[in-house]
Amino acid sequence: MDVLNTIVNAGIYALMGLGVIAALGAVTCRNLFHAGLCLAVVLIVVAGTYLSVGAEFLAMIQVLIYVGAVLTLIIYAVMLTARLSGGEASASNGQAGPVFAACALFLAFMAPRLMKTPWPVSPSALSATLSVNGLGQSLMTTYVFPFEVLGILLFAVLIGAIVVARKDKA
Amino acid sequence: MESIFVNLKGAILGVLGKFMPEWTMPIHSIMISITAIAVLGPAIMMYLTLMERKVVGRMQNRIGPNRVGKWGLLQPLADGVKMLTKEDIVPKGADPVLHLLAPILIVAPALLLFAVLPFGKGMIAVDLNVGILYFLAVSSTTTIAIFMASWGSRNKYSILGGMRAVAQMISYEVPMVLSVVPVLLVVGSLSTRQIVEAQASGWFVLTPWGFFGAVFFFLCTVAECNRSPFDLPEAESEIVAGFHTEYSGMKFALFYMAEFMNCFSGAALTTTLYFGGWQGPGFLPSWIWFFLKTYSFIFVMMWFRGTLPRLRVDQLMGLAWKFLLPLTLVNILAAGLWYYLGGILKFFIPLVLMAGSFTILTWLNKPYVPEKREYQFAD
Repeated sequence: MDVLNTIVNAGIYALMGLGVIAALGAVTCRNLFHAGLCLAVVLIVVAGTYLSVGAEFLAMIQVLIYVGAVLTLIIYAVMLTARLSGGEASASNGQAGPVFAACALFLAFMAPRLMKTPWPVSPSALSATLSVNGLGQSLMTTYVFPFEVLGILLFAVLIGAIVVARKDKA
Repeated sequence: MESIFVNLKGAILGVLGKFMPEWTMPIHSIMISITAIAVLGPAIMMYLTLMERKVVGRMQNRIGPNRVGKWGLLQPLADGVKMLTKEDIVPKGADPVLHLLAPILIVAPALLLFAVLPFGKGMIAVDLNVGILYFLAVSSTTTIAIFMASWGSRNKYSILGGMRAVAQMISYEVPMVLSVVPVLLVVGSLSTRQIVEAQASGWFVLTPWGFFGAVFFFLCTVAECNRSPFDLPEAESEIVAGFHTEYSGMKFALFYMAEFMNCFSGAALTTTLYFGGWQGPGFLPSWIWFFLKTYSFIFVMMWFRGTLPRLRVDQLMGLAWKFLLPLTLVNILAAGLWYYLGGILKFFIPLVLMAGSFTILTWLNKPYVPEKREYQFAD
């Protein structure tokens, strides 16, 4: 079984590597549509990461919402506002050098402290299993207030979209 | 006969287990299921093309293909050879990456959907406990591939067709998801196997919310597959062929394959959710019942194609947002009422609720008909 575990772990690390490469592609591609598609790959890799830790419900919701809806919206925006020859995005504005130096400094400062912090993990979190029933019940009992606030937020978004898209009655 | 495929898989695993190390056995088990699906998918699609041509031909008072093999049974093989040998034309201004990847990325979700369909008792490729959610999530990634096809072709007709196709698909996803919710309410689980097993006491279509839910879900499936009467995105008389105008040869065959595989999985999911899946009287094996029910739904889809005229784009979107969406929301309420009431009211109150809201929404959605004008001519 150890061989199987090693293969599975290698596969998960390869998937995460693909995600890093796609993320680099998403920020450096000159063609906006290609950048959007690299973003799709990153979002699917995140769903795969959720699957690898056992959060199946979250992985499916990630694909359904992010890849199925948010990315469709992004690509609609690219397609409706670009010319037919493909929107070009400039990949740099001359500040790459100082930004890279600042990020390297930040990483050098934070990484040792992150590695040394004892992150507390409760035993109940380690042995938790997926239960859609439990999720539904906790949404209706423990977390009902955030749930209703989210519903009101989505309702406001819908009304705003209809108001923005309405034809003006001249 | 009943568990012939389960026994076959067990026999193959037994033979492999003799000389393969222990840690490869899960991999072999998965690979046998994947091979079965990878062979089944295109084979189903091939004979669905023949079935469509024969059925639509008979409805149009002509015989379909009957020259290649008896009853045209070898016609799909001839079609396959034709598609493979056609020249692959890529327009000069097309984006090569997008143009190449789009057909591949539209077939991949169509094939992935076969993994959660319960073909028979104990014959499901992967028994996910979020099976229905997996189906809805994977089928929603098809919109990206359609965008890629339409944008990569660099053709105004393609982009027009692609926009319409994506608008149609995302509009019909909402009533589709909402019409699945009553089934999940009553069963209490997202797994397709458990949904089929929960219908042992009675198919869901025989309940008031189930009847309406099945109709709504089936209509949304037909719209998601871009089939008639919802096939405006690929209407040949309107915008040449929509988002797959610039594709020829094997790439077009892949688009065609994806459409038919989506038809099959949509019909299969309708039987799983509402019509009892593989359940049926015992004189036929379970997987034959599943295929019989699924193919009768596919026959209904072809019947729609042969009979109904195409919907205009505003009628199409109006149907989804103004008619199906409120009805599916009321359906969820009706399912809740059915679950908690008892006695004689259990059947009638949800039925009255659904029939009443159907009538009200039909009346509210009446198209605007201007009043008849009286002309007075000079004598």
